[in-house]
Amino acid sequence: MISIEDLSQISQAEREARDAVGHQINVCVAASCLSLQSDKVKEELEKAVEAKGKKDCCKVRGVGCMGLCAAGPLVAVEKEKVLYQGVAPEDASAIVDALGGEPVARIQGDLEAPFFARQQKIVLENCGRIDPERIEEYIAADGYLALIDTLTAMTPIGVVQQVTRSGLRGRGGAGYPTGLKWATVNKSQGTRKFVICNGDEGDPGAFMDRAVLESDPHRILEGMALAGYAVGAQQGFVYVRAEYPLAIKRLKLAIKQAEKMGLLGANIGGTTFSFNVDIRLGAGAFVCGEETALIASVEGGRGTPRPRPPYPRSRVSGAIRRSSTTSRRSPTSRRFSATARSGSRRSARPRAAGRRSSPSRAQSPTPASSRCRWGCRCARSSSTSAAACPTARRSRPSRRAVPRAAASRNRASTCRATTSPSRSSARSWGRAE
Amino acid sequence: MTPEPAKGAPAPKDNRWRLVEATMRRHGHKSHALIEALHSAQEAYGFLENDVLRMVATELRIPLSKVYGVATFYNFFTLKPQGRHTCVVCTGTACYIKGADQIMNVLEKKFDLKSGTTSPDGQVSVLTARCIGSCGLAPAAVLDGAVAAKLTPAQVVAKVEEWMSHDQH
Ligand SMILES: Cc1cc2nc3c(=O)[nH]c(=O)nc-3n(C[C@H](O)[C@H](O)[C@H](O)COP(=O)(O)O)c2cc1C
Ligand code: FES
Ligand code: FES
Repeated sequence: MISIEDLSQISQAEREARDAVGHQINVCVAASCLSLQSDKVKEELEKAVEAKGKKDCCKVRGVGCMGLCAAGPLVAVEKEKVLYQGVAPEDASAIVDALGGEPVARIQGDLEAPFFARQQKIVLENCGRIDPERIEEYIAADGYLALIDTLTAMTPIGVVQQVTRSGLRGRGGAGYPTGLKWATVNKSQGTRKFVICNGDEGDPGAFMDRAVLESDPHRILEGMALAGYAVGAQQGFVYVRAEYPLAIKRLKLAIKQAEKMGLLGANIGGTTFSFNVDIRLGAGAFVCGEETALIASVEGGRGTPRPRPPYPRSRVSGAIRRSSTTSRRSPTSRRFSATARSGSRRSARPRAAGRRSSPSRAQSPTPASSRCRWGCRCARSSSTSAAACPTARRSRPSRRAVPRAAASRNRASTCRATTSPSRSSARSWGRAE
Repeated sequence: MTPEPAKGAPAPKDNRWRLVEATMRRHGHKSHALIEALHSAQEAYGFLENDVLRMVATELRIPLSKVYGVATFYNFFTLKPQGRHTCVVCTGTACYIKGADQIMNVLEKKFDLKSGTTSPDGQVSVLTARCIGSCGLAPAAVLDGAVAAKLTPAQVVAKVEEWMSHDQH
């Protein structure tokens, strides 16, 4: 039975061990860098450290995606804040020689570049910082604290209310309010409920789900357990594309580790709450990202969508009988564990940030209320005409009439869209229509 | 085209079948384990034989028609034998722009291999996929399960030739 004290003990031990290392060399071992042979780089670095007798003061470890995949393989020297990019296995000895001195200029990357400096990572805060294959490192980053804390100190309804207050919205595209979705499932009558995490990332060019699955898998498990507690589910499924073998491997390992520590399974943290997570593999069908198709696929059938209502979150299904389902995208699930940890106040900012890919906007000095309806900072806050706003004009040149009609129909949704940046607000208008 | 009915002798229950059985057991032989079972069957046998589909249907107590329906719905499953080596070329947007079509062209011109075909000697299968999530490294391909980055047509040809020549000895 794991308690908060146990967690802080593990995290303390982990931090002390890390502080004792003089030079921490992080090698990215997520999919993109691996395909550029970062595993060989890591091997060579380990050999070089050994050969040069620096074993006592240097440690080489694999970490998740650092974000700049196109310049991979990436290697970072943690305390000295040095980044190397495009590292070849032959560069290993030069990197080890340069420890504590002048970095190797030939392959040095710029950590001050706008790409890094203007990012504020929220969901991806641990990616590239922790070893995804060790649960201790996640715990040292305050992982699972929110789960145990919530289970012992909050009621399920309290969790739902906090999520509602935070303004967290679905990351699956439609931006459905997560609090509302959870409240529906919480209230519904089913005796068995399920949490399904949608990790079927079929859109071309999208790999945000993969980044987290590969680089910080425990975050997803923690988020799902929290969701399970809030809605009264005891079983969760993560639906992952079979095209992501590394993500599947790391997620499986993470589930095993969490079960061993008692962070998943029966009576988590000595409470009456039990939660298990299973993996379901996608099999190469884009449409399975759609929630009704996804549920059909989790049940082992053909992934064909079906008309709604009934909505999945109140649906009684065949194989998963008498159950209510809350299908949630993995970004939402991850976001939630970030939310619970820092309280609902902070996560109101991510909402203003809209899509995860533009977190830097969250810090924008312009308060949301002084933005125009289109979410840009053109200061025409009272403007209702899309033509007056440069962002709106740029993003939706041909459908100017849409928001005006929608605005007069539904003031509430207008306010909501106001706080999103231009792109996603344009998108939610599209849906409103 | 539905699988023909069983003709006398059932398929041999060898080690490969044991892997499939282990997966089904882990899921308590529930019908919702179908896709999981098919995944491990394809991993063990290389493709989904009619006999295997039939055995899975019996074990999970699902109509054969449904098993067949699921196996043909998903892109990932194949009912045809695959070559010993597979070359999955990404033809997603980024890879297409960076020249995935040239890779496909050269494969067709040199080896007469189109997407979804296997070389006559049974050595190499060529498939296409849409975005494998390594767009920064375009054009990419998955060569025998490992992602290969920033490929040129010449590199792919060299790899396929290497695979084919292994056949000779
Ligand atoms: C054709 C189609 C494909 C979809 N693909 C995905 C997908 O790949 N990943 C995803 O998370 N949601 C996808 N969705 C959205 C889901 O149906 C669903 O809205 C989402 O998982 C709900 O989670 P949320 O409330 O966290 O946004 C897709 C929807 C449609 C119609
Ligand atoms: S995979 Fe290495 S930086 Fe993204
Ligand atoms: S388009 Fe080929 S990896 Fe994304």
